[in-house]
Amino acid sequence: MMTAPIRAGTWWAIARTVVCGLIVVYLIAPMVIVLIISFSAAPFLTFPPPGFSLQWYRKLFGDAAWLDALITSVQIMLPTGTIAIVLGTAAAFGIARGRFPGASIVSSFLMAPVVVPVIITAAAMFGIFRGFGLYGTLAGLILAHTVLTIPYVVTTVLASLHMVDEQLENAALTLGATPWAAFWRIVFPLILPAILSGFLFAVIISFDELIVSIFISSPTLRPVTVKMWSDIRGDVDPTISAIGTVLFLFSLIVLFAESLLRGRWREGASDLASIEASTP
Amino acid sequence: MSIDKRSWLVAPAVALLAVVFVYPVFWLLLRSFSDPYWGIQNFRTLVDRPLYLRALANTVIVSGSVTLVCLLLGYPLAYTIANAGSRLRRLLVFAVLIPFWTSLLVRTFAWMVLLQQKGLINQALLRLGLIDQPLTLIYNRVGVIIGMVHILLPFMVLPLYSVLTRIDPSYTSAAASLGAPPLSSFLRIYLPLSLPGVLTGTVLVFAIGLGYYITPALLGGPGDTMIAQLIEMQVSELGRWGLAGALAVILLLGTSVAFALVQRVIAATR
Amino acid sequence: MTGPILELRNVSKSYGPVTAVSELSLELAKGEFLSLLGPSGSGKTTTLMMISGLLQPTTGDILLEGRPITPLPPYKRNIGVVFQNYALFPHLTLAKNIAFPLTMRKAGRSEIASRVRKVLELVGLANHGGRYPRQLSGGQQQRVALARAMVFEPPILLMDEPLGALDKKLREQMQLEIKRLHRELDMSIIYVTHDQEEALVMSDRIAVFNLGRLQQVGTPTQLYERPATRFVAEFIGESNMFPAVAGTTANGFSILDTAGVRLRAVAAWPLQAGARVVVSIRPERIALQPGDAPSGIENAIAGRITEVVYLGRSRKYVIRTDAGQEIVSFQQARSGSEPDFELGAAVSMSWRAEDANVLPAD
Repeated sequence: MMTAPIRAGTWWAIARTVVCGLIVVYLIAPMVIVLIISFSAAPFLTFPPPGFSLQWYRKLFGDAAWLDALITSVQIMLPTGTIAIVLGTAAAFGIARGRFPGASIVSSFLMAPVVVPVIITAAAMFGIFRGFGLYGTLAGLILAHTVLTIPYVVTTVLASLHMVDEQLENAALTLGATPWAAFWRIVFPLILPAILSGFLFAVIISFDELIVSIFISSPTLRPVTVKMWSDIRGDVDPTISAIGTVLFLFSLIVLFAESLLRGRWREGASDLASIEASTP
Repeated sequence: MSIDKRSWLVAPAVALLAVVFVYPVFWLLLRSFSDPYWGIQNFRTLVDRPLYLRALANTVIVSGSVTLVCLLLGYPLAYTIANAGSRLRRLLVFAVLIPFWTSLLVRTFAWMVLLQQKGLINQALLRLGLIDQPLTLIYNRVGVIIGMVHILLPFMVLPLYSVLTRIDPSYTSAAASLGAPPLSSFLRIYLPLSLPGVLTGTVLVFAIGLGYYITPALLGGPGDTMIAQLIEMQVSELGRWGLAGALAVILLLGTSVAFALVQRVIAATR
Repeated sequence: MTGPILELRNVSKSYGPVTAVSELSLELAKGEFLSLLGPSGSGKTTTLMMISGLLQPTTGDILLEGRPITPLPPYKRNIGVVFQNYALFPHLTLAKNIAFPLTMRKAGRSEIASRVRKVLELVGLANHGGRYPRQLSGGQQQRVALARAMVFEPPILLMDEPLGALDKKLREQMQLEIKRLHRELDMSIIYVTHDQEEALVMSDRIAVFNLGRLQQVGTPTQLYERPATRFVAEFIGESNMFPAVAGTTANGFSILDTAGVRLRAVAAWPLQAGARVVVSIRPERIALQPGDAPSGIENAIAGRITEVVYLGRSRKYVIRTDAGQEIVSFQQARSGSEPDFELGAAVSMSWRAEDANVLPAD
């Protein structure tokens, strides 16, 4: 009722502001708490912290197990992002320009990893990967993460491809460019920001991925989220909040970079729009 | 007509998906009928054992409660975002999206810290004199719901927001000019127009909630086991692939029906 | 050089059961400006795309300078195309846009620079080479598209409704500009448009299309004075149509009968007596006289004025004949004050036999 529109008296407006304020606190507070605790000077988990120090970060980066886990995460996410953008961009281009019968079925097929509950994917991959020697290997984790991230790349690149007028490719062909040259010189530069966006999405998703990783990583090879997971279930200590802050900041930076890129490819699209707009 | 050669560019991605994703998932689903021997005994086990039935009911109840809370919180928030000035709007969208893109594990960990017996919330309430005894907020259903709502709220707010921004304010002005008081113009005009968004958000949250694993595992108690935890248990602790497959079949059916419903709604409103 | 620079032989294009272009044969002479004119969906753009190589004909052959180019992909045809929305590459500067075809042909750096400069001067954008397409007006973008399509000196230039996106004033200005370039550079141009006025202003010859079929090719005068089909007579300018039955032929004119009135008209083919045809007459070629038509005179029909419209330069009269047919006549408005004929007045219409054309009834 606080949402009653127009002429809703000041009471409603105040109530709505309070409710929204509380919701925003609810959404943001946990991250802020994690951030604060990570700088705690206390030797155990307590809030508010009695003082501030960098002891948990020192502990985190001095601990070979955490460093190994971080390195493993990076070793998974970079190849994942790379393979995902190569396959995802190719697929998006095939869907957008191939116009074959069943293209919409193929594009929903490529979305399947997002729709199927991750627990099913995780259990299924665990069952199959063991037989192929992929369990507990970097290759297995990279393959799994690639499959999980391709949908995001395809969606992003497809959206930007739809903004690139196909007539540009035709123009390039009539001007003497082979289809290959037309792609690399005209289409690729125009969708590059979207491809990079897709890369960042893939990297962030891979870095944060937990459930599939729990199932197919081994105690000797586990990404940082899996190490966190097993630590949380055991003894909760503020090191977790330090690594949590690292993860959070990483996401924040990547998202910021992505939003800049998104601005770029939207702007690229508005170039086309302005050409169209100049036509009455 | 010949098919454009560029169509083949989808092949590598499709092939990878087929081998790494589709094949394993089908293999798992097939276990439900074939492991340890062919038949429907696995599904019969699920129906016969109260443990499994309770987990299935739990899953629906938790996911349903989460959906309801998300709707109650998400509607006013989406309404405010849709009608806010551009600065406030950006701030609120940011507040919704930040948790959306931060590690689920980190957020669940934060709730573990906040909701503990000696956690921040209990300390604050005790100090304010609102309670004498610390509340039990974690390792029970309350904890699961608080944690899951936090994660799923964006899935409610975003579809709602996209529908609400498209509602022309002149409708409610028209209703007011025709003599409708605010509440009735809201109930008769605004709410019905926003229903597609409500439906999409509701089904989306419910469907995603059904398969949740991490949050219930960390914030829930032994009595709050959900279907995803059962699947994990069957696979990694008991090695009963048939039962895991059967649970997966049920979970996938539930999610697919829900998503099909969302697609219907989206198609109908276009 | 003798022979056409471009030749289409029996070219057809069909999509499943739908025929977009059927059995088209057409020639373009060197230095000629040929317009493809027709309503949308008439097959003119499809024809252009087949010449460019972006579409493959289902059957038939296309020859450029006497060599068949049908199997060649667009990038090996060396034909310049100006697209409807210009299709300028948004991420490249004007200079880079124009240099693109030269880069693809692996021209040397200095050659590219000098040719880009020359062509930019030619289209009046000498100082704009560093700008991006979005920084230009519609007319300027149009010039760049033109410059890009001709910088590699293709033997022919194709233009697909290049002025369709511009407003009327700019369009007329660009028409003259393109005409000037055509004359100065002696280019061979195929120009697609749905605007008959544009086609009449610019073309050496016009090919009129309807429903995937070529209706008639000819100079603007030929098309206007001697339309070959009903469609051409009605699509280019206005025409009055009389259904008629053919009689005898004398002194090069055919004698026909329409609703009891005898007409003389020009037939482009030998008429069989008794054949059902249509006679077309341009409204401005019909003279009006007060009073009933003198009986027994050819090419004269009586009627009553049912509508008078003042158009400034002329007046439009609608006249209903005794047989019930409505006929339009344009008369020069002389004094501007009062019309020569009042509403409801009885008039007789007449015209010269050479202004009347016999067309197939189809």
